[in-house]
Amino acid sequence: MKRRSFRSPISVESAGYHEERTGFITLARRARPGETLVEAFLLFCAAISIFTTLGIVATLGRESLSFFREVSFIEFFTGRVWQPAIGEFGILPLLTATLATSFYAMLVALPLGLVVAIYLSEYAPFGVREVLKPVLEVLAGVPTVVYGYFALTTVTPFLQGILGQDRVEVYNTLSAGLVMGILILPLVASMCEDALSAVPAALREGAYAMGATKLETSVKIVVPSAFSGLAAAFILALSRAVGETMIVALAAGAGPNLTLNPFRSAETMTGHIVRISGGDLSYDSIDYRSLFAIALLLFLVTLALNILSRKIIRRYREVYE
Amino acid sequence: MKRDTFTPNLAARNAKGARWRLAFLAATAFSVLFLASLIASIVNQSFGYVVMTAEVDPATLQNDGVPLEKQDEATLAGTIRGNVSRRLFVKLDAERSLASRSREELLEIIVAEIVQPTVRRTWTLAQSLFDADAIRGQVAEEYPDGNLSFRSWVNAGLFANPQSSVATAAGIRGAIIGSLATLLLTLLVAFPLGVGAAIYLQEYAKDNAINRIIETNIYNLAGVPSIIYGMLGLAIFVRALEPLTSGAIFRAAAAEGANGRTILSASLTLALLILPIVIINAQEALRAIPDSLRQSSLAVGATKWQTIRHHVLPAAADRILTGTVLAVSRALGETAPLVVVGASTFLTQDPAGPFSKFTTLPIQIYQWTARPQAEFRNLAAAAILVLLVLGLSLNAAAIIARNRFRREKRLGR
Repeated sequence: MKRRSFRSPISVESAGYHEERTGFITLARRARPGETLVEAFLLFCAAISIFTTLGIVATLGRESLSFFREVSFIEFFTGRVWQPAIGEFGILPLLTATLATSFYAMLVALPLGLVVAIYLSEYAPFGVREVLKPVLEVLAGVPTVVYGYFALTTVTPFLQGILGQDRVEVYNTLSAGLVMGILILPLVASMCEDALSAVPAALREGAYAMGATKLETSVKIVVPSAFSGLAAAFILALSRAVGETMIVALAAGAGPNLTLNPFRSAETMTGHIVRISGGDLSYDSIDYRSLFAIALLLFLVTLALNILSRKIIRRYREVYE
Repeated sequence: MKRDTFTPNLAARNAKGARWRLAFLAATAFSVLFLASLIASIVNQSFGYVVMTAEVDPATLQNDGVPLEKQDEATLAGTIRGNVSRRLFVKLDAERSLASRSREELLEIIVAEIVQPTVRRTWTLAQSLFDADAIRGQVAEEYPDGNLSFRSWVNAGLFANPQSSVATAAGIRGAIIGSLATLLLTLLVAFPLGVGAAIYLQEYAKDNAINRIIETNIYNLAGVPSIIYGMLGLAIFVRALEPLTSGAIFRAAAAEGANGRTILSASLTLALLILPIVIINAQEALRAIPDSLRQSSLAVGATKWQTIRHHVLPAAADRILTGTVLAVSRALGETAPLVVVGASTFLTQDPAGPFSKFTTLPIQIYQWTARPQAEFRNLAAAAILVLLVLGLSLNAAAIIARNRFRREKRLGR
């Protein structure tokens, strides 16, 4: 809804009797310093969010800039070793670990989330939906450190039990990724459900009238119609996975490691920031500044994903509204 | 004409539909099951058998035949003198004279310095329930002098004790106080700013470029990973505003050496983090108020702000409140930004004010989970239970408050 302003031609309350001057009702607007003050304060509140963004860009940018004065761009993006102690700052090990855990998370969250959404929106009877949605919300509200605990103390031993203790390390990207998938699942499910519910009933009825079964209607008509909404959900989920911290900090490993082996430990970008800044860190070292360079990369990636996701959503709204 | 002409392979298609229907149901059930297994695994770790060994059996620590539990302060001090090395006794006495310490403190010293209990091994609740005999046999064999007992890791000591390097003596008192203090300050900052911003955007802002930028910006901020907020807090609140956040300009905590890594810094960081969520929720609440309410107020001569204050805000209060509590419960569980801002790793004192060093419940859980010893995992599980109960009761409180608001509105107050 766009707000309209209802400004009456005469400002009713301000129309006081100024008989000593004119003998008539003054129709001019009275100045109201209080109202102006309130509006100015409210504008300030809204502007805080702009300051926050500027603050993020400025702090990350400033420290990163002095970092890149010492370490070249090329070294940063192509170096295969991240070891601040010996001056090696190649982001690749951290980046691959982030991509690996996010990939495993997507493997879990996307299919399961989509299926849960299809079930909720197309199949589930009203009562089941009323129970399931709050359950998913509770799942989404559990702090991520709890998921990290679960990954480390339950999922990893479980994987070790299946695949053998010498195959699976205590810290491994697979267990962190799988649990992260479960963390993101409610987000995917609820966004996908919104997208599917927004598909007009007429499309479903048309399919049924042509003799399609419920499965065919859901999968061949409803899902493709909601495609852009689903895509937006998937992209947002990916952005959440890339920025997720506590699960990977606890379960993925505490040391950069360039590997694609899901059973080995590897530290992600977020995990590295948390581990290093949790220790004793001197503010004017290159280690400190390197964290800001990682954070800047993280910020840019998630920002791009979020913007992309919102763009897609806006396009899909234009189709049905 | 045969039916199949019009419905080719209908049976097969229906069978396929039924199969997939089952698969959808199974996947959904799996997601729900997962929540159950998450809770189950945490409960499983929070209770169970523990075998402990002690350097000195507490039962032997009698003074003139009086058992430990019945000794008064003076006798306890005597027990300490009789059982620790001369050097340690002098050191303890020099820290604070034993005569001036309370009974609990003396008992603590006795446990820490004389009895020195060590957790040898812990078992989960499931093992303890179904394998009790095997555990007893194993203990008798491997730890002949061990003391096997069933331990609930969620106990009075957990709430009463500060952080400790001995798992059985460690508690979350400081962490709970830290969490509550941080949340309160966060709320004090984020609530007025967030609601103010929402009022501006929903009631005042015209549809121009600047306001559209603000709105888009808020949505983008809501998607920024929380750890980025941690970096922002570290750079701005901890370092740039250090004189303010360490309390140095108020001369409040200069002696404590908190150097900006304080409750205040943590709260401001969290406030920025939940601000977009508060704004978006409050905006939705305001949007749900029908325009007729505003128009009727304006029509009888109220100014814009009077309309908002006396009519729009009260009508939207319940939704704004629920939205804010949801945002605060998110702040309750946040860990990563606070680690980055600089939560204390080992804090035995309760935080005294906004300029104190801090730790919070999720951070305590993180640190305990990251330790290699199994007993700290049990401790972390117990702390998680507390955290989950806290989070759920926050949400429940929001729902109750909302219902009460609704009832009042219906009665017309």
